[in-house]
Amino acid sequence: MRMICFASRNTKEMVRDRINLMFGLGFPVVVLLLLTAIQANVPVDIFPLPRLTPGICVFGLSFIALFASMLISKDRSSSLVLRLFTSPMTGSDFIFGYTLPLALMSLGQIAVCLIVAFILGLRASILNNLMLVLTLVPSIVLNIAIGLICGTLLNDKQVGGVCGALLTNLSAWLSGTWFDLDMVGGAFQAIAKVFPFCHAVDAGRAALSGDWGSIFPELWPVIGWAGALLAIAIAIFTLKMKSDSNGKQ
Amino acid sequence: MDAIEIKELSKNFGDKKAVDSLSLNIQQDTLFALLGVNGAGKTTTIKMLSCLSRPSGGDALVMGHSIIHDTQAVKALINVSPQETAIAPMLSTRENLEFSAGIYGYKSAESAKMAQDMIDQLNLSEIASKRARTLSGGWQRRLSIAMSLITEPEVLFLDEPTIGLDVIARRELWHIIENLKKKMTIILTTHYLEEALAIADRIGIMAHGRLMAEGTADSLRAKAGTDDFEEAFIRIAEEEVK
Repeated sequence: MRMICFASRNTKEMVRDRINLMFGLGFPVVVLLLLTAIQANVPVDIFPLPRLTPGICVFGLSFIALFASMLISKDRSSSLVLRLFTSPMTGSDFIFGYTLPLALMSLGQIAVCLIVAFILGLRASILNNLMLVLTLVPSIVLNIAIGLICGTLLNDKQVGGVCGALLTNLSAWLSGTWFDLDMVGGAFQAIAKVFPFCHAVDAGRAALSGDWGSIFPELWPVIGWAGALLAIAIAIFTLKMKSDSNGKQ
Repeated sequence: MDAIEIKELSKNFGDKKAVDSLSLNIQQDTLFALLGVNGAGKTTTIKMLSCLSRPSGGDALVMGHSIIHDTQAVKALINVSPQETAIAPMLSTRENLEFSAGIYGYKSAESAKMAQDMIDQLNLSEIASKRARTLSGGWQRRLSIAMSLITEPEVLFLDEPTIGLDVIARRELWHIIENLKKKMTIILTTHYLEEALAIADRIGIMAHGRLMAEGTADSLRAKAGTDDFEEAFIRIAEEEVK
């Protein structure tokens, strides 16, 4: 009950912040529309929807990290956190209370992207669409974990820079959505392969095209990153929240 | 019966002793004011008693439960109104109240009823549907205190509840707090002498992390040998310095 109540409050705080909501849901859709419009005017396949859509979904999820980090850092800097810490809420109430609404918002964001892509002409079976959503689950966890870490360690101005600018750019440039990483090659491609974003996009493309055998080789790095960052996020969150309340006079 | 038994409670931040071997018993249903200048250790004491900050030494029992060994039991019995307003800015007044009840484990139907009761009791109906961030400072503080009252705590901690409020808003809050007397044990920190005099049953004077004296306003005046409470406060607070 406590966790559901906290999750409900967190959902309202995020959904009622119109600027965040417009960026989180609107910006990926605008990019999808823009790139599809460009594609319609060039004779070669630069941004075909079956390849573009999973990329936009992965890119859009980086805004979930921004949502998460903004909410947590604002809570930490306000006196509300003192009220929460003196209540009988437990550590798991906090973690799940923050995570649950973010997970639901992530699924909502993916659904919006898929609906817009369908309107623009994407044709894929319901099963393939569902497989795409499933392959994006580790990316959802990954971005929530990044949000938890940044929100716990940084103030609300800093998270704007780290999650709002750095993460969204990393997610965009290293994902292979805007250009083929094989064409760039060299150190850039090697660095991109270390990060999970291009693997998440390739796994999503495999799911959407029905090439299910190609999903898992690509999904393992994403699962690894997501699992590691989630463990780090929980450890940092628990330690920092204790020290925040204990260390101040 | 004692609601709070504090035994040699201490808190150190590095070399600095923020609270130094504080011992004090507070009777149930008393309004007890911890009075002191800024940095006297009042807020740190409240933070330890509300299980927010772990003591460096000593212990305290809140309604018989240790603040070190039985924190969940203590947290279920208390509520705190922090020094700054502690509200969820994007929620309405009613939603804030329901949220405050919900995080103490009340079901949504119960929370809704309790929120309505609180709105009626504290005359919050005109702001019930307004988002908290749009309220004036005085209304926000009133809401913050209402969020602490909604769970009907056995012990309520009010940390500098009227700081930053204008005279009228302060008087209104005093009236609200006075109406709570005898219904619950209230520990109030303040550095306003007139506030402690106006509403407290007993007053503890803190300075340099130590409890310098404790008693009724009259007994503190008598102890300091003066009829002027401000003078009595200064004499007692500066006792150690001399």
